[in-house]
Amino acid sequence: MSAFLATVRRDLLLALRRKSEVLTAVFFFVIVTSLFPLGIGPEPVLLKKIAPGILWVAALLATLLGLPRLFSADHLDGTLEQMALSPSPLGLLVAGKILAHWLLCGLPLVLLAPVLGLQFDLDASTLGILTLALFLGTPLLSLIGAIGAALTLGVRGGGVLLALLVLPLYIPALIFGAGAVEAHIAGLDAGGHLSLLAAMLVVAGFFAPWATTAALRIALE
Amino acid sequence: MRQSIIHWFKFASPQSFYPLAGRMIPWFWAATAAFGIAGLWISFFVAPTDAQQGEGYRIIFVHVPASWMSMFIYLVMAFWAGLGLALNTRVSGMMAQALAPTGALMAALSLWTGALWGKPMWGAWWVWDARLTSELILFFLYLGFMALQAAIDDPRRADKAGAILALVGVVNIPIIYFSVKWWNTLHQGSTINLTKAPSMAQTMLWGMLLMALCFWMYSIAVALTRVRAIILERERHTEWVKHAVE
Repeated sequence: MSAFLATVRRDLLLALRRKSEVLTAVFFFVIVTSLFPLGIGPEPVLLKKIAPGILWVAALLATLLGLPRLFSADHLDGTLEQMALSPSPLGLLVAGKILAHWLLCGLPLVLLAPVLGLQFDLDASTLGILTLALFLGTPLLSLIGAIGAALTLGVRGGGVLLALLVLPLYIPALIFGAGAVEAHIAGLDAGGHLSLLAAMLVVAGFFAPWATTAALRIALE
Repeated sequence: MRQSIIHWFKFASPQSFYPLAGRMIPWFWAATAAFGIAGLWISFFVAPTDAQQGEGYRIIFVHVPASWMSMFIYLVMAFWAGLGLALNTRVSGMMAQALAPTGALMAALSLWTGALWGKPMWGAWWVWDARLTSELILFFLYLGFMALQAAIDDPRRADKAGAILALVGVVNIPIIYFSVKWWNTLHQGSTINLTKAPSMAQTMLWGMLLMALCFWMYSIAVALTRVRAIILERERHTEWVKHAVE
């Protein structure tokens, strides 16, 4: 467990020493969501209707933006090999790296979402559901994305390939995440969507670090 | 018991699988032709005109088998990929690689015929229904699998990375099946149900099953042909390939 916490602390520290990388993804999220009203027009009714989808797609793309960095720097300077050789299980260290990635790339999006939701004229309870859905969904995005990041480690055209591999797997999270907010706006209970999202998070939390570790070992061979 | 284990693992070597595949291919092509002729004859001349959908419904004799095969091939591909990952057998990875293009073709065919059917029946080429969307996701998964394998130069690493991706993607297959229950939209309910009696005429069902067998045999024949080409490509440095090509 101490190895897990040490990995989280190390990755957070490294990111804080170089803040611009983290902030890029956050600003990307803000700019992309702000572009849609400019492209579609300032009609409040229409914007309110498409807000959940836009915020979710933007969150998904912003997460994707940070994924190539998850393992590449450690792979280049040999840290990853040392991690694979270390006495603590690699899966635990990988889980630590994924948690750090979520804290850096996912959590800021969750915290920003209510503010951006105001741009789309969402009311307070809807904002709450949106934040909750993103809070359950963004760790899921980090977990699934880590598998893709490990598979494309050191591969030609890795960034685009990563998007091709990971985006189809993100679709269930998108459907239920945006669906929860849409259901709430329509006056229905969002509980079912949120439960499914939470269930997927639990399953991914169990399997994804394991699959990521297997993929990393293949890349390190 | 011991004998049979040795017997099966014999074909895990490319050298002994290559001639076996070569001997099997003509049989599967023959089966494809036999089932195809019987299936097409039933679907065009025997099956009655549908009361509501007219003659246009006959496209399901291609659409449904293609959808079934696209999902089934992904499972088979994941099975071979997982086997290759667990037992480290080379032919398993090659089988997975050989199946992917056929699976992608089936998924594309299923989407295309679905669009052709949807235009006269629903008045739209495409609707964002759960099953259509899952089929599209499945098509993307095939493309991702092929792109990942193509991007990695070392074939052994490509096989293993692809295997992990295929196993992760298998999560998508149950979503396809349960999507009908999860979202209930424009798409009609499942026509063939294991618990209920089929809601279609007996001859239509026969036509569809025969066409499914035809597609199945075609997929096997094509995958075996492709796996032979992959074996030759990857084993080109060996002595037996030089003799085999001559």
